[in-house]
Amino acid sequence: MANTKPESRERVIIKADDLGKILKILKRKSYKTIGPTLQEKAIIYDEIRDVDDLPIGWTDKQEKGSYRLERRTDGAYFGYNVGPHSWKKFLSPPEVRLWSARKSENGFDLHEDDHEIPNYAFIGVRSCDLHAIQTLDNVFLGGNYQDKIYGDRRQENFIVAVNCTEAGGTCFCASLGTGPKSDKGFDLALTEIINDEGHYFVVEIGSEKGSEIMDEVSTRKAGPEMIHMADLRVEKAAKSMGRQLNTDRLRDLLFANYQHPEWEEVANRCLSCANCTMVCPTCFCHTNEEVTDLDGNNAERWRRWDSCFTLDFTYIHGGSVRKSTRSRYRQWMTHKLASWHDQFGTSGCVGCGRCITWCPVGIDITEIADTIRKSGELPDKTVEQPQ
Amino acid sequence: MENLEKILLGHPFFKNIEGDYLNLIVGCASNVRFEQDEIIFREGQEADQFYIIREGTVALDLQDPGSGKITIDTLTDGEILGWSWLVPPYYWRFDARATKMTRAISLDGKCLRNKCENDHDLGYELLKRFALIIDQRLQATRLQLLDVYGLRS
Amino acid sequence: MDYEADIMTKTETIPDPMQPRRFRINNVTWETPETFTHELIPIDKGPTFTFEPGQFNMIYLYGVGEIPISISGDPENSSRLFHTTRVVGSVTQRLQHLKPGDTLGIRGPYGKGWPVDEATGKDILIIAGGIGLAPLRPVIYRLLSHREQYGHITLLYGTRSPDKILYYEQLKKWISRFDMLDVKVTVDHASGNWRGHVGVVTRLLSKAMFEPENTAAFVCGPEIMMRFVAMDLKKHKVPENQVYLSMERNFKCGLGFCGHCQLGSYFICKDGPVFTYDTIKSYLSLKEV
Repeated sequence: MANTKPESRERVIIKADDLGKILKILKRKSYKTIGPTLQEKAIIYDEIRDVDDLPIGWTDKQEKGSYRLERRTDGAYFGYNVGPHSWKKFLSPPEVRLWSARKSENGFDLHEDDHEIPNYAFIGVRSCDLHAIQTLDNVFLGGNYQDKIYGDRRQENFIVAVNCTEAGGTCFCASLGTGPKSDKGFDLALTEIINDEGHYFVVEIGSEKGSEIMDEVSTRKAGPEMIHMADLRVEKAAKSMGRQLNTDRLRDLLFANYQHPEWEEVANRCLSCANCTMVCPTCFCHTNEEVTDLDGNNAERWRRWDSCFTLDFTYIHGGSVRKSTRSRYRQWMTHKLASWHDQFGTSGCVGCGRCITWCPVGIDITEIADTIRKSGELPDKTVEQPQ
Repeated sequence: MENLEKILLGHPFFKNIEGDYLNLIVGCASNVRFEQDEIIFREGQEADQFYIIREGTVALDLQDPGSGKITIDTLTDGEILGWSWLVPPYYWRFDARATKMTRAISLDGKCLRNKCENDHDLGYELLKRFALIIDQRLQATRLQLLDVYGLRS
Repeated sequence: MDYEADIMTKTETIPDPMQPRRFRINNVTWETPETFTHELIPIDKGPTFTFEPGQFNMIYLYGVGEIPISISGDPENSSRLFHTTRVVGSVTQRLQHLKPGDTLGIRGPYGKGWPVDEATGKDILIIAGGIGLAPLRPVIYRLLSHREQYGHITLLYGTRSPDKILYYEQLKKWISRFDMLDVKVTVDHASGNWRGHVGVVTRLLSKAMFEPENTAAFVCGPEIMMRFVAMDLKKHKVPENQVYLSMERNFKCGLGFCGHCQLGSYFICKDGPVFTYDTIKSYLSLKEV
């Protein structure tokens, strides 16, 4: 989608349930609309047909190692933050077949998988997740090779972002500059307002495609007071983040402290269960596996999510390079907060807080960074390589 | 003798050694030559000399009852062969065998040893130099010991 | 935050870099009791397979899996593809039983190889340990076919024992070409009739002829060996940015997408596998990175 400049974007107002009209228009245009739904006591992303499929009137209470849903009194459509799912579930699926092969006279014949790939419309994308998608764009499409699995699913993406008006207990997007306001990369961005005048959305139109959709919905132009009200709510969220991360020279700080005793401390608690990597919206590691049928006439190559927390991840020549939990936790955190900068020019973390919420032992990445900052070394010069 | 002095002076091992000491050492030196496969010394023999190889190759062998002769090191031009004369009980720990025609300078270790006992400064000069060689060999041997090319299970 | 990739809205198809190309085994040569070389010819039509010395392929064995193997042939011979590999794991255990006529899938070539073209005018040291000679062999071919462009060329090769020497006949040929290059071979230990050097490959360095300030060193072998060699080269005053090592980690995709091969900030499959010593020096001494 084209990134129009924020100042030049049109802002309109729609009634809350007119969101349903937008969904119908998207469906008509052959998009598969995915959005938040309430399933099994969590808010997860699945196909939605109408606004009723949204977790209306629900909110989430998140703390380290804890996720609970509670009822709201205002009937908000997006009155929660993010759950265990992220959009990578659709863009780089947990399991996807790369090809199938069949025994033949030429050894084997390869048959590329022609997946039926829907045009996804993601509804309710938070700014942190939007930044996560953009960094995954860099990972999978920004190099000499392009990842077809990701690229095919990303090509016709329509994004309806939602600006958070409340921050969660483990949120820290404000520390990273990744939210709570979405600044680019969306087709439409909604800010939900519920007050005496009613329940409506201020819609920021971010692209041509977004504009085309909104042409079919009855809207009124948003006046400056409305825009200001919407902005205020988002600013309030920015000031009430559950967590903070000091990002000042964070890369150098972590690179300079590879031997810090805190890594051992964390390792004593970490179960290397890999939950954090599963819920993290930017973790992209995956593996390829061969699957055959019993008579060996058919084989399939599958791609599955993997995690740097597994012992096998670094297996080579009869052993794993990162044997200890200490080294694996250090790898994950330093990749996310330090090496990612060298590799992709940004932080790998978007401050969504999922790793804190979904860690069964409540390890908090912001706390670890803080501990290292308080008692670690930070050299004046740039740290080229880890020490 | 003049020839030997020139060779010893020019050898890195004797760099910066005092003239008097060099004369002393030259006094204990002689030219030697080994034919291909000639045994220079055997494991267990008294270690009375050391050698500076001028040209050729010397293999250090160990005899293993099962595998037979195993070569664990080879030394070539310019390298120093043997320091067991410095270290009690002054016996060779390996066989040394010339793998081709080899020319060397032999130095009378027993004689030098006695001189070192009397002149500790000379002793220090020699030990300093040997310490360097032994360290180099130790590092190399450690790497060899790691058997890095071996298959890990 | 500013992102570099601008996601496209065009509907052109993205080519699939994960699709292997089929090659047929033309010949199998056993170099040592546990190392073999496959000579391959393409089955599927496609552009001529070309590669740079030091690059590797992902080899797909139907029903078993994929592994990375260095390309070990002559870069100027584009009609044949050569891989030399050791039997070490589940895929190579199966790979060793393949015969001429059998099919493999190939993806590649991947990685940044040895900067042979940039080293013209310099003395060259090629230092190989064990199977490390395989990814260096293409370098030797390239150097010899452009001999006048380089100074003194030395190959130092160390391996476990005489029966583990790779490319034995070829080495003998190269040893006889002392007008072209200087070859020294050493083994960690020997029994029997071995009359050559015994000892680690670093010991051979003091016998090599090279002008340190104007030398490029290409080093490949087990990581410990490369560390020792790099430190010795440093002692000999070869500049650290002229010492090139070939690193290895777990490769699953070869494209920089799967994350497995990371060494700190580097993806070994696309930022390497060849690195200058100064850029990865500290990684070499860090444990479990």
